[in-house]
Amino acid sequence: MKEKVVRKMKKYFQPEIETMPREQIKEIQNDLFVKQFRRVYESVPYYKAKVDAAGVNPDEIQSIADISKLPFLTKDDLREAYPDGLLAVPKKDVVRIHSTSGTTGKRVVAYYTQNDLDLWSDCTARAIVATGGSEDDVVQVCYGYGLFTGGAGLNDGAHKLGALTVPMSSGNTDRQLQFMEDMQATVLCCTPSYASFLGESAIERGVRDRLKLRAGIFGAEAWTEEMRRDIEDKLQLKAYDIYGLTEISGPGVAFECEEQAGMHINEDHFYIETIDPDTGEVLPEGSKGELVFTCLDKEAFPLIRYRTKDICVLNPEECSCGRTHIRMSKPMGRSDDMLIIKGVNVFPSQIETVLLNEGLTPNYQIIVDRVGSSDTFDVLVEMPEDLFGDTVAAISRREKQIVSSLKSMLGIVAKVRLVEPKSIERSEGKAVRVIDKRKLY
Amino acid sequence: MIQKQISAYLENKPGQLLDYIQVLGENNIDLQALCIADTEDYGLLRMIVDDPDKAVDLLKKAGHSCAITEVLSVVIPDRPGAMRKALAALNEAQISFDYCYAFFSKEEGKANIVFRVPDNDEALKALEDAGALE
Repeated sequence: MKEKVVRKMKKYFQPEIETMPREQIKEIQNDLFVKQFRRVYESVPYYKAKVDAAGVNPDEIQSIADISKLPFLTKDDLREAYPDGLLAVPKKDVVRIHSTSGTTGKRVVAYYTQNDLDLWSDCTARAIVATGGSEDDVVQVCYGYGLFTGGAGLNDGAHKLGALTVPMSSGNTDRQLQFMEDMQATVLCCTPSYASFLGESAIERGVRDRLKLRAGIFGAEAWTEEMRRDIEDKLQLKAYDIYGLTEISGPGVAFECEEQAGMHINEDHFYIETIDPDTGEVLPEGSKGELVFTCLDKEAFPLIRYRTKDICVLNPEECSCGRTHIRMSKPMGRSDDMLIIKGVNVFPSQIETVLLNEGLTPNYQIIVDRVGSSDTFDVLVEMPEDLFGDTVAAISRREKQIVSSLKSMLGIVAKVRLVEPKSIERSEGKAVRVIDKRKLY
Repeated sequence: MIQKQISAYLENKPGQLLDYIQVLGENNIDLQALCIADTEDYGLLRMIVDDPDKAVDLLKKAGHSCAITEVLSVVIPDRPGAMRKALAALNEAQISFDYCYAFFSKEEGKANIVFRVPDNDEALKALEDAGALE
């Protein structure tokens, strides 16, 4: 058995890395990048073809400054290369996969070697320590376990730190609160909307005063400063943001420190650029733009210049917490039409596919709102005349069938409302498919 | 007899029924029976009119969605116990219906019942055999 690493009450999980002078970070990035590019170019035929097609001579890539010559990777590449066209190690070296939601079309499968998992858990352990965490903590993880990266990411980080991990996975609020109280959980990890719901439930059931929560690490969906205050008030803890995406590894790509003023990007593993989403031009640090990540030392699934579609601002200023790694703002929007509803990625095109498969017209409207702390998700569908029965039972069956098809495509439940034919407004040009009433950005 | 019934899906918002009925009134269509099944989000309108094909044509031209369903419409005596007899006949023949509604006949002493059943002929036969009809 491995000896438990004792890092009691430290301010940083890996102080030498987290507080490294920026010049040194840049040196590390430079070395890692040049090697990583070579390796990926030589071992991933899909990537080689992409670089060759862009007319880039691989010998010209001599330092990180040359990265802007390289083509971007996007979700379309991941789809084209699905399932393993971007795998950069032999399959026998892979120990795990994770995947994003969505059963067709936009699904992403990411691969991990043992080393990849180790580095990832370092990142999430850093995030826990940044909230004042230590091996004395009891970390309750209510992100979903399984293909979703949330559960595994925080679980492994808490293990790495030597904290007691309570692997709850999502749902079953009564049981969550029971364990939270009985295990005296001090750190809560889940989506901000679930945190808010747990807070409301704790107050309703009169258990709030018996909880010992100190900090919460909340991510996987957009949330505002107002929501942070609301959660902090309800659960009597300090709420920290965490950022990540399956394509790059999972939660822990960036995390908030005690300052709660932007998320430190783990720059020893990930190189960050901001670009103009329209032209692809790299923007100076501090400009608002789309985040583009390069995995510097991931082995199995090392994406180079992956466009996240998240619009953010980077802040290179020194942080009073002592960490030198650059900070990113909360995402301020998306450069594509993806919605994040109840923590799940939803593309309007997926809804269109389901409706067409169901023999319905692609005239639909998605209405997303936030009631209290939970997202509501309504899909208005025009009722085709030939499909409409004259009994309530027939219409209910039809609705249920659409709800179930949407659920198997998206992984979340929508409220489907059949509306009269031609009642959804046709606008000139682009149809208004999405009405997002949430004020998230 | 097999009767053509017009049905329409009405979202729950003000003025919906009026919009439909207006078209009928303006075109001199005689409305003989009307009922609405109400749910949280919508109502299902069902109507018997004197000229269903013309009515549907006019409604569609006016931009309203509607459909024709063939339902069973029977005439029973307008007196206590007559409805019981009809229902007992269907029950005896193990015929279930999705919905039914009743209205006075234009003929004195008679009533109409509309049944939505899986098989109109079978249901009609069961009612006739039991002597439930006028």
